[in-house]
Amino acid sequence: MSVHTVRPAPDRLATPAPARRVRRYGWELPPFGGLVRPRALGVFAAVLGLATAALVASVSIGQFAIPVDDVVRALTGTGGADATLIVRELRLPRALTALLVGVAFGLAGALMQAVTRNPLASPDLIGISAGASTGGVAAMLIGGATAAGAGSYPTVPFGALAGALVAAAVCYGMAFRDGTITGFRFVLVGIGVQGALTALTSWLLARADINEASRAMVWLTGSLNGRGFEHAWWMGLALLCCVPLVLALIRPYQLLQYGDDTARALGLPVDRARMLLLLASVVLAAVATAAAGPIGFVALAAPQVARRLTGTANLPLLTSGAVGAALLLLADLAARLLLAPIELPVGVVTGVVGAPYLMWLLVRANRVGRAG
Amino acid sequence: MTALLGEGLRLSYGDRVVAEGFDIALPAGKVSVLVGPNACGKSTALRALARLLTPTAGAVYLGDAPITGFSHRELARRLALLPQSPIAPDGITVRDLVARGRTPHQRWWRQWSRADEEIVERALAATGTAELADRNLDELSGGQRQRVWIALALAQETPVLLLDEPTTYLDLAFQVDVLELVAELNERNGTTVVMVLHDLNQACRYADHLVAMRAGTVIAAGPPTEVVTPELVREVFGLECRIITCPVAGTPIVVPEGRPRRGGAGFPSAGK
Repeated sequence: MSVHTVRPAPDRLATPAPARRVRRYGWELPPFGGLVRPRALGVFAAVLGLATAALVASVSIGQFAIPVDDVVRALTGTGGADATLIVRELRLPRALTALLVGVAFGLAGALMQAVTRNPLASPDLIGISAGASTGGVAAMLIGGATAAGAGSYPTVPFGALAGALVAAAVCYGMAFRDGTITGFRFVLVGIGVQGALTALTSWLLARADINEASRAMVWLTGSLNGRGFEHAWWMGLALLCCVPLVLALIRPYQLLQYGDDTARALGLPVDRARMLLLLASVVLAAVATAAAGPIGFVALAAPQVARRLTGTANLPLLTSGAVGAALLLLADLAARLLLAPIELPVGVVTGVVGAPYLMWLLVRANRVGRAG
Repeated sequence: MTALLGEGLRLSYGDRVVAEGFDIALPAGKVSVLVGPNACGKSTALRALARLLTPTAGAVYLGDAPITGFSHRELARRLALLPQSPIAPDGITVRDLVARGRTPHQRWWRQWSRADEEIVERALAATGTAELADRNLDELSGGQRQRVWIALALAQETPVLLLDEPTTYLDLAFQVDVLELVAELNERNGTTVVMVLHDLNQACRYADHLVAMRAGTVIAAGPPTEVVTPELVREVFGLECRIITCPVAGTPIVVPEGRPRRGGAGFPSAGK
């Protein structure tokens, strides 16, 4: 023994590994041995089931109620003409759009909150949705399209995507300091950018023709009214591109929820990973906003709800997407039914439910003494 | 044999230059300790050695190879770092955190394995945190939490381990506990350890190789018994002192000069 003999140290490093197989890490997924926790898997399946039920309900329930078996018949082309029209042309595209937009918002929120390590970081609070709004409104008003529904302007998605990307680039650039960005700085800058962009949108609306402005206003509140298959296709295509990218980034996504130094020490190229994940989040939020308007609070709440359900420390990514879909479908159902026959824009419902949640989050963050 | 070597490093945060023309060599298989006054650049030097900070001039070598040549994953399999104030997600359990240490050894086609599990359990046992494994990190005391973070670094199974002030916020018993653990690791596995410590006496006690820094330069480096003299302490810390020999380990102990005080005597406000 050397000089290090303060006390008879037990031979700690020689402790033999337990012979018995421990099952405390979760279930292994053959063939790669990825780990899945039973509870997380169960919650994911349950939320998926809830989203499916909400999808069926929103196709079935309405002023003209269609029983579920008639819905199935309408889909397979053996139903009555009325039911087929309502299911195929009106309710199904709308419900599918809601589902896909919800998934996109849920994923976007989880990505952003993980990257910034801040539950307040959500595309709808830190300027990304505001950028998409400005871009979308600009495309509507300056693009001068005159189609019937605000959501069907063909230039809106591109305007929204461009606006969101510009807003994200501005946030990223301004939050950059000493060769890196911190999540907290990104959120603060984002709140400022949000304010500036909201003002810009108002200015655009103020100098626009009153009819066009009122149509843009409906889009701006966030509405799923009158969404057709073209929206569902557009969303589906965007998710088809983004989701594989996001899944490929799942390890960086998990590691970034630790400190930058820890993530780097564990072998993650932090800056590149953060940039890619933020980009994925911005694109998802932008396409969702383009399709349904800047629906508030879904991206904010879905990851936190998902995390509380699964009971994990990390924000569960796929479950966040599923929760987003379920939330938006239920909110849209409520928007259609609460004051029937008047239909509310879904953004009003999510706002009414989401605002108290945001307040709770802020109060709690203050009590804990940190923003995360 | 040198484990880590820095040559002609220029270390800066933005425009603020912390060190210029900085040279450092740390022996393999030994415990090296960086000491110096606050803001002398010792943590910055450690960050540069771990490639968390890119020097604007000069080069760092890990073994014989430039550290810039390693991929992020390769580096994380060779060198582990415990940052000064590490962050983990709220509500994470000890076992889940330590299991993260296996990340650099996993690929998408070969994820969690039985070997990983055994290594994590061993890291928990080695740091005395096995019985805490199912607790939340937030519920633990500072000393327990620090041992968990060390377990994370252990689970990485690297030949080189860098620790940035591992004893901060710990009471004396926990400080000794953590340092004993590090010494054991070094003796048993031959792990090269480099740490930043505040306490010069602890540094002398546990270092094979002591590096004394001041204002971004290495003033002296070598075995504590040879390096630590009253002149060195004056030069590095600006403190008059005497050196005595530790009765337990035979290493130098620094006793500051200054006003001798008799316990309990005089007015309460005297000497303020």
